[in-house]
Amino acid sequence: MNRFSYLRATSIDEAVREAAADPTARFIAGGTNLIDLMKYNVERPTRLIDITRLPLDRIEESDGGGLRIGALVTNDEAAYDPRIHDRYPLLSSAILAGASPQLRNSATTGGNLLQRTRCYYFYDPGTPCNKREPGTGCPATTGRNRIHAILGTSEHCIATHPSDMAVALAALEAVVHIAGPDGERTIALSDFHRLPGDHPEIDTILQHGEIITAVELPSTDFSRNYTYLKLRDRLSYAFALVSVAVALRMEGETIAEARLALGGVAHKPWRDPEAEAMLRGQSAAEGLFASVAACILKDAKGYEDNAFKIDLAKRAIIRALFQAASGTPQSQTDKRIQ
Amino acid sequence: MSSSQTSTALPERISISLTVNGETRHLDVLPWTVLLDLLRDHLGLTGTKKGCDHGQCGACTVILDGRRINSCMVFAVMKDGAEITTVEGLAKDGALHPLQQAFIDHDAFQCGYCTPGQLCSGVALIKEGRAHTRDEIREFMSGNLCRCGAYTNIVDAIEQVLGSNAEAGQ
Repeated sequence: MNRFSYLRATSIDEAVREAAADPTARFIAGGTNLIDLMKYNVERPTRLIDITRLPLDRIEESDGGGLRIGALVTNDEAAYDPRIHDRYPLLSSAILAGASPQLRNSATTGGNLLQRTRCYYFYDPGTPCNKREPGTGCPATTGRNRIHAILGTSEHCIATHPSDMAVALAALEAVVHIAGPDGERTIALSDFHRLPGDHPEIDTILQHGEIITAVELPSTDFSRNYTYLKLRDRLSYAFALVSVAVALRMEGETIAEARLALGGVAHKPWRDPEAEAMLRGQSAAEGLFASVAACILKDAKGYEDNAFKIDLAKRAIIRALFQAASGTPQSQTDKRIQ
Repeated sequence: MSSSQTSTALPERISISLTVNGETRHLDVLPWTVLLDLLRDHLGLTGTKKGCDHGQCGACTVILDGRRINSCMVFAVMKDGAEITTVEGLAKDGALHPLQQAFIDHDAFQCGYCTPGQLCSGVALIKEGRAHTRDEIREFMSGNLCRCGAYTNIVDAIEQVLGSNAEAGQ
C-alpha cells in the first residue's frame, strides 16, 4: 500500500475544500472498498480525508414526507431502522442481501454508491483495464466474464456495478444530495451512475471534490408489493449474478404503478421505462411478465461465460414480479425461492 | 497533524487512544496502519487472525463499539476513542464465555484458525438478537468462512447459547 497523509475533517466545507485542492485525495468513511483497493494498489491516494466525524449519520424525515438517509448511515443502521423497515422494506431487503454483518456495520450509504466494480481485471494491476488505466484495453471481453454485464456495455468495458442497495434505490427513485466546491446539488439515483461508453474510468457523475451528503427517499408507498430477488453463485455473501428489485402499487388486482430495476447486469442499476409502462393498468399474468422480461433484455449481449445471464434475468424478472404482485417478498434468510 | 500539510509532506505519526479489552492504550500510529496489524503487531494480541486481509473471510472479526467488524478493513487512526473487544477479551475472571464453552462442547472447529473470528462474530450475533432459527444463524454468520467445514457444529454451538439464554429469560 502506498503512503498517504491523513486529515480528519471537522466540517463538510473543510472536507470539500481539502479534497478539491488535491487531485489525488480521496474521502474515506467505511473504507470497506477503498482500503481493499489500496491493498491491491488499484487505488493510490496520497491523501485521505476522513469524513466519519461529519454530521451526516442521521436518518430524518424529509419535507416531502419521505426519508433522508445521511451519507454516513451504515448499511446495518439503514436496514434495521424501523422507518426504513416499515416504509421502504425493499431497501432493507436489498441491503440485507448484500455483504456480511461485519461489512454492513462499517459500510456507509454514500460509500455503497461509490464502490467500484469487482471485475477481476480491474482488481489486478498486472492486467490491462480501461477502467483502471484508460486506453489499455479490456481483457474481460475475451477473457473470463461470468460476472460481467449484458446490458449497456461498450467495447471498452463490460464491468457491472456491484451494489444491491443502489438497485433498490433506483426502483424507489431516490435522490442523491451532493455538496461540492460550487455548492449543493441533487441528482436522481438513476442518473448518478453512468454507462461505460468511451470513458469507463468514470463511474458516476460526481466531480472531484464533491461529496455525497444524503440519499433521499420519496414518500411513494411501495411497502406492500415489493421484492428483492438476488441470484448468485453461493447462497450468501456473494455479489449478484442477477438481481431484481420490484416495487408495485396494486389497486385490487390491477398494477397501478410499477418500478423494476436489475442489478449484476450493467454498469449501473438498470431500469427500463418502456417495460414498466407495459405493467401499468394490467393484472399479474405469466404472459405479461414474460413480455416485460423480453422487452428489458431485447438488446442484451452475452459473452462467452455470461450469456446464461440473459435467460436467468428473464426468469428472475418473471419470478420477482409474481413475488411482488402477490405480496410475498423474497426472504433474505430462508433462501428457498417461492 | 496539520491541515496545511501538503500531499508530498512526510506523513506524521498520529496519537490515538483505544480501549482494548477494557484497557486504555495510548498509541502513536502511522495513517496506513490497519487495525488488525495494530492489534497483532503493536499490541501483541495475536488471537485475532489475518486470513484473506480483504474483508472476505472474517478471521479478523473484532467487536468495535459494540459492533462486529472486519479489523483488516479499518485504518486504526480513524477509530480514535473506540472500545474494542478481541477474542482475548471474551473470557471473564478466568471463566470462558458461554460461546467459547459451547464451541468446545460441540467440537466447532478443526484447525482453529477461523475460530477467534467465529467467536467474536457469534458473540455479537447473540447480542444483536436477530437470529432465532438455524437459517438465520447461518445467514448472520455468513461473513465467517471455515475452510475445515465446521459450519454445522458452529451453528450447533451458537444455537446452544441462544437456547440457554432464552431459558434464562435473557
